Amino acid sequence: MSTDAGTAPVLRMEAVRKSFGTSLVLRDVDLEVAPHTVTALIGASGSGKSTLLRCANLLEEVDDGAIFLDGEEITDPRADADAVRRRIGVVFQAYNLFPHLTVLQNITLAPRRVHGLSRPRAEADARELLERLGLGAKADEYPDRLSGGQQQRAAIVRALAVRPRLLLLDEITAALDPELVGEVLGLVREVKEDGMTMVIATHEMAFAREVADQVCFLDAGVVLEHGTPEEVFGAPREERTQRFLRRIVAAGRL
Amino acid sequence: MTLHKTPAAEDAYVPSERRIARERYRRGRTRRATAIAATSTLVVGAALFVLITNSPGWTRTKETFFSAHYARVAFPQVLEGLWLNLRLLAVCGAAVLALGLLLAVARTLRGPVFFPLRALATAYTDFFRGLPLIICLLMVVFGVPALRLEGVTTDPVLLGGSALVLTYSAYVAEVFRAGIESVHPSQRAAARSLGLSSGQALRFVVLPQAVRRVVPPLLNDLVSLQKDTGLVSIAGAVDAVYAAQIIASKDFNYTPYVVAGLVFVALTIPMTRLTDWVTARMDRRRAQGGLA
Repeated sequence: MSTDAGTAPVLRMEAVRKSFGTSLVLRDVDLEVAPHTVTALIGASGSGKSTLLRCANLLEEVDDGAIFLDGEEITDPRADADAVRRRIGVVFQAYNLFPHLTVLQNITLAPRRVHGLSRPRAEADARELLERLGLGAKADEYPDRLSGGQQQRAAIVRALAVRPRLLLLDEITAALDPELVGEVLGLVREVKEDGMTMVIATHEMAFAREVADQVCFLDAGVVLEHGTPEEVFGAPREERTQRFLRRIVAAGRL
Repeated sequence: MTLHKTPAAEDAYVPSERRIARERYRRGRTRRATAIAATSTLVVGAALFVLITNSPGWTRTKETFFSAHYARVAFPQVLEGLWLNLRLLAVCGAAVLALGLLLAVARTLRGPVFFPLRALATAYTDFFRGLPLIICLLMVVFGVPALRLEGVTTDPVLLGGSALVLTYSAYVAEVFRAGIESVHPSQRAAARSLGLSSGQALRFVVLPQAVRRVVPPLLNDLVSLQKDTGLVSIAGAVDAVYAAQIIASKDFNYTPYVVAGLVFVALTIPMTRLTDWVTARMDRRRAQGGLA
């Protein structure tokens, strides 16, 4: 790993291209994510946000271009996908908690089976993390007995438990009612304060504006515009960005 | 092989050096894996062939199990017997599926009103799943005629078929029940909240999902039933295996058994491919795509 601990990007995408059948979902996407920063991906449904995250986690194979994690090319067919994923945490829109395991078992699965931690050690870490993030009382519950917001927070804790280098959040509040969105976003804010590097695909514009260091507007598989939240939300250059933001404002979401 | 077809190529896309190198590497890996698989298969096959054909008793074994003459003699008779197996499979299979589904539904009914029905269905599955098929067959095929009841058949095929249905419906009921219980309760809740009655919820929402999920194990049971139809020969009906046995015991040559065995295998393969196809289609339907 060639980690230039200071400012070398944690994640870098170079002309990433991906198509499904005949539809081109990502066309030559470039992206740089600096350490300890939050990048928000915004754009309409189908603009390629989720695919971009799935490519970064090697859940999809890119057609062309390259993705680098800490300077190391992970899209190289010789790269060990499992080793790459060990360094990246993902939280999905539909939580994807394992229903046959308790919250604690969900969280300790990877630390124990993948990272080789002893059970007492993994459980102590998990309980501490749950406690700190306000889920201590739910450790021994099964996911189906939790509210959506609690489930999503548990999923975030599960992703954090392996101390990933990078955290990918894929529209994690899209399935939650507004009341529960707050608690999940509050947790993401805390995670940011801990210095986690994150890439967030989101429809919560107010949140993106507040928490992101960099905002990328995706349109039809292209990063049409990127910059600080002030630049993208305050003075969007592209006509399509302006139109998108007008629609969002009209819908009362900014 | 070119993977460079670009959909919507209005932006004059040219594959990068990187992509070309990557694809070359992947092709190399595929070629290597294929070569390794082919070589190891060939080596194992050749080793088995040499081992078997060089064994001291090979000429004798070949004559006893793989005689072309006896194969020719046995084949038409085995096929004739197979017709009985097929008829039994069709009729028993249909009866087993219907009765099994009924039992499974009876076992999943809730509420105290249904207690007797539930208890009966449970007792039935417990009993017939535990009872060895051969004993069930003997009891039905020889026990029922021994009662000398007026108007009850003594036809060994009918009686044997009933015994098969008794045992297999108990198995299949448990498969169906597992499927029904694997459907998430929220599905039933959604159906009931639309105003569907409990029966309608079962019929239109729960069962379609349950049945789809248990298709592979069900076909498994049907294949097993297909082979067990041969057991009706204990009552004297001539099926494929019994037809083979008749020739084999007359001439002390086991080739007819091999022929009968191969015929059964040939029947099972289409069933297995059908299962694969059904399963693959189901997977595609809920596939998220991706590599994980």
